[in-house]
Amino acid sequence: MQPFAFVRADDEESARAALRQGARALAGGTSLVDLLRLQVEQAPALVDLGKLPFRSIEQAGGVLRIGALATLSDIAGNPLIQHAAPSLAQAVLASASPQLRNAATIGGNLLQRTRCAYFRDTGFERCNKRKPGSGCAALDGDDRGHAVLGVSDHCIAAHASDAAVALTAFDATVRLRGTAGERSVAIADLLRLPGDTPWLEHTLAPDELIVAVELPLGDVLRRSAYRKLRDRASYAFALVSAAVGLVIEDGLVREARVALGGVGTVPWRAHAVEDALVGRPATQSSVSQAAQRAADGAVAGTQNGFKVELARRTVRRVLLQLAEDTAWK
Amino acid sequence: MEMTDAPSMIGRPLARLDGRAKVTGAARYAAEFAPPGMLHGFLVDATVATGRVAALDARTALASPGVHAVIWHGNAPRLPWNEPVSPEFTRPDGARLRAFADDRVRFVGQPIAVVVADTIEQAHFAASLINVTYAEQRDPVVDFTEASAAATLRRDDTTARGDPDAAFAASDAQVDCSTVIARETHSPLESHVTIAHWQQGKLRLWDKSQWVSNVARVLAGDFGLEPGDVEVISPYVGGAFGSGGRVWPHTEIAAIAARELDRPVKIELTRRQMFNLVGHRPYTEQRVRLGANSDGLLTAILHDGAAETSRHERFSEGLLRPTRMLYGCADVATSYIVVPRDTSTPTYMRAPGEASGLFALETAMDELAWQLRLDPVELRLRNDPTHDLHSNLPFSSRSLAACLRQGAETFGWSKRRLEPGSWIEDGEQVGYGVAVATYPANYVRASARVRLSANGSATVESATSDMGPGTYTSLAQVAADALGLPVEAIAVEIGRSALPNTPPHGGSMTMASVGSAVLAACNAVKQKLAQITGTEHAPAKLVPAPEDSLVEQLRRAGLAQIEADGHSNPGDTAKRFSMHAFGAVFVEVRVDRELGLVRIPRIHGAYGVGRVVNPRLTRSQCTGGMIGGVGMALFEASELDRASGRVINADLAEYLIPTQADIGELTVAFVEETDPHVNPLGVKGVGEIAVCGAAPAIANAVWHATGKRLRDLPIRLEALLERRM
Repeated sequence: MQPFAFVRADDEESARAALRQGARALAGGTSLVDLLRLQVEQAPALVDLGKLPFRSIEQAGGVLRIGALATLSDIAGNPLIQHAAPSLAQAVLASASPQLRNAATIGGNLLQRTRCAYFRDTGFERCNKRKPGSGCAALDGDDRGHAVLGVSDHCIAAHASDAAVALTAFDATVRLRGTAGERSVAIADLLRLPGDTPWLEHTLAPDELIVAVELPLGDVLRRSAYRKLRDRASYAFALVSAAVGLVIEDGLVREARVALGGVGTVPWRAHAVEDALVGRPATQSSVSQAAQRAADGAVAGTQNGFKVELARRTVRRVLLQLAEDTAWK
Repeated sequence: MEMTDAPSMIGRPLARLDGRAKVTGAARYAAEFAPPGMLHGFLVDATVATGRVAALDARTALASPGVHAVIWHGNAPRLPWNEPVSPEFTRPDGARLRAFADDRVRFVGQPIAVVVADTIEQAHFAASLINVTYAEQRDPVVDFTEASAAATLRRDDTTARGDPDAAFAASDAQVDCSTVIARETHSPLESHVTIAHWQQGKLRLWDKSQWVSNVARVLAGDFGLEPGDVEVISPYVGGAFGSGGRVWPHTEIAAIAARELDRPVKIELTRRQMFNLVGHRPYTEQRVRLGANSDGLLTAILHDGAAETSRHERFSEGLLRPTRMLYGCADVATSYIVVPRDTSTPTYMRAPGEASGLFALETAMDELAWQLRLDPVELRLRNDPTHDLHSNLPFSSRSLAACLRQGAETFGWSKRRLEPGSWIEDGEQVGYGVAVATYPANYVRASARVRLSANGSATVESATSDMGPGTYTSLAQVAADALGLPVEAIAVEIGRSALPNTPPHGGSMTMASVGSAVLAACNAVKQKLAQITGTEHAPAKLVPAPEDSLVEQLRRAGLAQIEADGHSNPGDTAKRFSMHAFGAVFVEVRVDRELGLVRIPRIHGAYGVGRVVNPRLTRSQCTGGMIGGVGMALFEASELDRASGRVINADLAEYLIPTQADIGELTVAFVEETDPHVNPLGVKGVGEIAVCGAAPAIANAVWHATGKRLRDLPIRLEALLERRM
């Protein structure tokens, strides 16, 4: 890899100072260091955020606040999250391997870069994420793992995070702090669709840091689940995943949340399914009908067409399981 | 020299003698040696598949910190490249790649230069600064069908007995089954690595290898040295599965760089490079046609195979060997073509050929069983031959029927319903599948040296390797019995080319060949001692009487130690007997048809493999082979980009092998089998047969669960999804 300077930030201000001078933020390093070794990423300097006090997980009012440097293992093993946000706990546990989860942080996980093979191998000439304007080799190449939602003529790379899918489903916001002050943005406003600028992946200002992720607590989050379908039972990226929450009262769906992973260029909220569920009876047929809307707007390539039907079936399966669990309670 | 006495150590389930050293890090692998002054080399890979290197600008790289040299064909020394004194038979026909000897590019990832620097990071970075200009490029031929236009017929593998076409046409039942197996890459956890060190014109290599004797001979030929002037050291091998069977260019490049710079040089391949530079199991397309009469007796077998190779070498393997001898059928034809693509050369990968060929044959057998509405175990029993119809030789031993019967009994096969797709439990479709496994009992010339000391210890020396099966332990067990010593008294030294010559550690021949050589060396020690002491020597005796132990005799003779070499002596056994191991693999799958998910809760294998020297290690080999079969059936595929020929998924996050969570219960049984013919130890080896039956048994079980016949491996979720919910 290219030689780079390495600084360890003692506090937020020194971290921001380094960022202003062009350093890249280093948290768990599970994505960035990998890409530096592959020479996909180049950085004149890295600033290690490890000393910043962003690791606590706490409940404040009706909000669950997860420090940006909490590791995926911290989150998966947190009893509050397991109880109040099962979908998130399950999503995180389905990610990567134990070794990676011990190092990877939630802030870094949101900003991790795609697993698209054409992006990760500098031997391919065309990749708009790696070389803006060079084209997209996946469009006429092997697209089995690629996105069918949120795609453009310039990029079809899938977003790889599991956690972000659960966070998207349940309206999490991301707390950002920079020189200009502090602000909160929804995940959907943090992560950008590829459009005609796929190399721009997020809306963070150059010296902004993710401080925390905030998740509103409530019934629909407590009655949630995450299901990940992949080629093998562990340590693989999602072909399709679904974060789903369902609250049923008197036989009617009061609240529903559905987001999908593995199918979108960003974590994909399936509002159409939610709208088709809410206020209607939680029967097998109405749930099945609603699940048919899971991949509305999908544009499939040559090999990833199966994801459209698989997304519907996965959403249907999780919805039915949640409905059944509710019925027992 | 047969083993007639009841052995005491052979047959015991001892733990690996080197297990503690491995888990504590005390075992040193090739990459862990660091001769003083060692530099690091990083290979510059060709980014195109064809053409030639017109220019290479290394100025920036050479100015980069820590860089000592950039070596490529423009400045590399011209080597003699002599052929080795005995042939490297793991190398296929064709023109091997001679590192930096010319400017031709043959495949993406071919090393076209090496950057040598103080640290690996410096070398890696400087490699990215090299500017290569290519010329005379043409679009690479990657598509298999397109490449088939230039296919070569493998004449030796194109055989016929009887009149298979006519017999097939006249058959009551006919099956015509075309299968595809994706390219697999060995992907051992330990990377391939060579450290080269020249001293006074002699070369020492630390190298990840399954055949150190050969590496020494090949490198001696390359550099025009005497074979004794090259020493190769490889005490431990962290898995290889065949990738360490031949010499690959990075080994020669390390030696070239070390000589040019007069410093030791280490080259360790990256995971991505491992997908291009150390071989792979070839992508294979096969067609099997089976004919049978209404009694379920095979009347015709026609098996056509086509497999990829590179443009510069014509690799072929034992694809069709099982088909020619497995079943009792008079009319059998096989044909085999190899198809050159603009990619790197395949090589042997665990059960090379047999694993792929058996997938096609055993899938077709399963289809035939259903067409005849016959139990698949019964179909195979009905076609169990009395002798090898291809060679017309008797089997030295053959326990296939016992494996099928005992395996079925243990597995609970009788619960299976004939009808596919008819068995549902807990919302999942349940299926049972079976397939036959077989692999030749190879027995070849090998040598060993045994040194017995008056202090009661003994040393066994041989150039063989231990890539995981437990050679250190099993050789010690043989020597312990032959010398009448406890296993702890035996020190085994292997993995050095200066030790007595052996065949490659592969092809399931190590225990048979090297084990027999150790036995012969022990007997030679006894004979030598008997001559000295003037006592009668009974060479057949494996276990000397304790009251007159060899050590006692040695002490009485006033000798500190005694040493002798021994050799395995295959003689004409292979001309008198057809020698193979057999097995039957039974699989249960559970399929979530709505989501296309396949689980494998259990696999049972019953094997007839002659004497089992160490049941614990042998069981471990068998379960490892089953896991390899799960990978072949469900996961493993090296995907090529059609436009460029690059391997797309060249890392272990994207090239999927089974994880622990994918593996259910694995059970192994060995049927009682005494084979007095195969070799003095009566062993058949299990390394390859272990991988053979699993993949077809899994695919057959998936069919039984779902009614969907999947003939392309790996079986992926989308293949099972088609049905509407």
